[in-house]
Amino acid sequence: MSDLFLVGNGAGFSGDRVDAPIPVMRSLIKRGLPAAMFFECLGERTVALAQLERRRDPEAGYEPMLERLLEPILADAARAGIPILGNFGAANPLAAARAIARLAKRLGLPELRIGLVTGDDVSASIDLDSLAVHEADTGLDMSSWKLVSANAYIGAAPLAEALAAGAQIVVAGRTSDPALAIAPLMHHFGWAEDDWQALAVGAATGHLLECGSQVTGGVFWDPGFKDIPDPANIGFPIAEVGRDLSLLITKPEDTGGIVDMRTIKEQLLYEVHDPACYITPDVTLDITGAHLSNHGRDRVAVHGLRGARRPDLLKVTACYEGSWLGEGEISVAGPNALARAKATADVLLERVKRRGLARRARADLIGVASVHDSDDGALWRGYDGPAPQDIRIRLAVEATTRDDADQASREALALLCCGTAGTSGARWRVTPRILTRSFLVPRDQVPTETRVLPTREWN
Amino acid sequence: MTQNIETPLHDIAHSRAGDKGNRVNLSLMPYDPAHYALLAEQVTAEKVLALFRHRGATGCKRYDLPLLHAFNFVIDDVLEGGVNGSLNLDGHGKSHSFRLLAMTIEVPKALLNRP
Repeated sequence: MSDLFLVGNGAGFSGDRVDAPIPVMRSLIKRGLPAAMFFECLGERTVALAQLERRRDPEAGYEPMLERLLEPILADAARAGIPILGNFGAANPLAAARAIARLAKRLGLPELRIGLVTGDDVSASIDLDSLAVHEADTGLDMSSWKLVSANAYIGAAPLAEALAAGAQIVVAGRTSDPALAIAPLMHHFGWAEDDWQALAVGAATGHLLECGSQVTGGVFWDPGFKDIPDPANIGFPIAEVGRDLSLLITKPEDTGGIVDMRTIKEQLLYEVHDPACYITPDVTLDITGAHLSNHGRDRVAVHGLRGARRPDLLKVTACYEGSWLGEGEISVAGPNALARAKATADVLLERVKRRGLARRARADLIGVASVHDSDDGALWRGYDGPAPQDIRIRLAVEATTRDDADQASREALALLCCGTAGTSGARWRVTPRILTRSFLVPRDQVPTETRVLPTREWN
Repeated sequence: MTQNIETPLHDIAHSRAGDKGNRVNLSLMPYDPAHYALLAEQVTAEKVLALFRHRGATGCKRYDLPLLHAFNFVIDDVLEGGVNGSLNLDGHGKSHSFRLLAMTIEVPKALLNRP
């Protein structure tokens, strides 16, 4: 066994650049060291949206870009002995495994060993009503909401088990994001499940890589202040992890983007609350002693990571459906645009109120104040800066029925005739809303199952 | 005598926002470690909370990471319902790093190495 193991990342969320995995896999193969690659495809709500897809089509409900992401790399990875792991199973890991088998067959890989990890879906096995709520969207009456999905964040052990059984690709549903990086490291170096120091390095590897380009220049570049080379071709990250628990972040040579102390710091603290206590199912990570060092172009090492015992309870995120989001937009431009925009916003809110269409409503003046504003429009109502010349007015409502949301959003459309002078460019849409709650459950209530079978046996 | 210059944080520091439920975390890092003490003194949790009061934020805690020359601000109840419940276009609150960076601080002229 080598002293260095490479972990590459091919996606940071469902919706990421589909051609990103190609240079990462090429780089892993070229370097010739033991390696693995992982795809992180699940946000908080992704499983719920996938579950709704699965209701429409029993063979759907997994990452919609799965085949597109894997097709260019799967054969090369199998040939080079580089396993691929992903939570791209979403709400239907079994269907994802079958889809991978069909793809493998088409690519001439009848013996590809496909691993499937299940058990994260606890919607039928755990009575959530008997548990105390851990975290929830606030201020909402959810009594009439219907459960769509409930998934536990499972750790690295069942994924590592699949690798031990010879899996060349491992598909799972909800896992903790870092588990996808911890598992191949655990398998390669033989880390024990209570080796907190080693697992801390694994968790940091996963945390730094799990959002793909976010550690190599994505959501980082700020023209004139933080410039990066070729932002249209950001290279996704590769971690070098040593048996001595060294950790270095880099990226493929022939790509854009950047790895430096600034990108590492931003991602190390991303979505972290108490830096002494970043909880994963496998280990509690403490980054308060972390420090960095440069090792040439696009190579930064991370030192001083500490691990503590993993939590006894696993987090379960439950998603519910029940209300609708209605949105309508329209534009004004030129002289007196600000006054026309403010009047338009007030009229939209007044129309929704008169017709009793919404539980909550909000108006934004895009170009004056929107994303930083509050539901009551404190920033645009109080705006006294230079007069903007091109403003888009947006109405957003939460409604009880689809029809109410649709009717509210169409109030923007009606302004094509009823609106202020020069009002134009209406768009409207309705989206089902998914709300989440999380719960903490004992580990033994979330048994997992690992299966590894060759292509031809997945039907 | 030291002369101070009022500077937007954006000129001397960078930041990234992340969300969890109805909370946002904002990291803040000076480009030049020499500015770390300045930020520690002036960018207090109270001042950061004040930036988000209009959205109903109820609390802000600052964690200091002197080895990384970084700060982490955690702001409670700032997302008007969280990524799923919010009516805001930016339900995640990822744009809020730049609300923080618009804050101005006083920088001694001697510490400001403008090109």
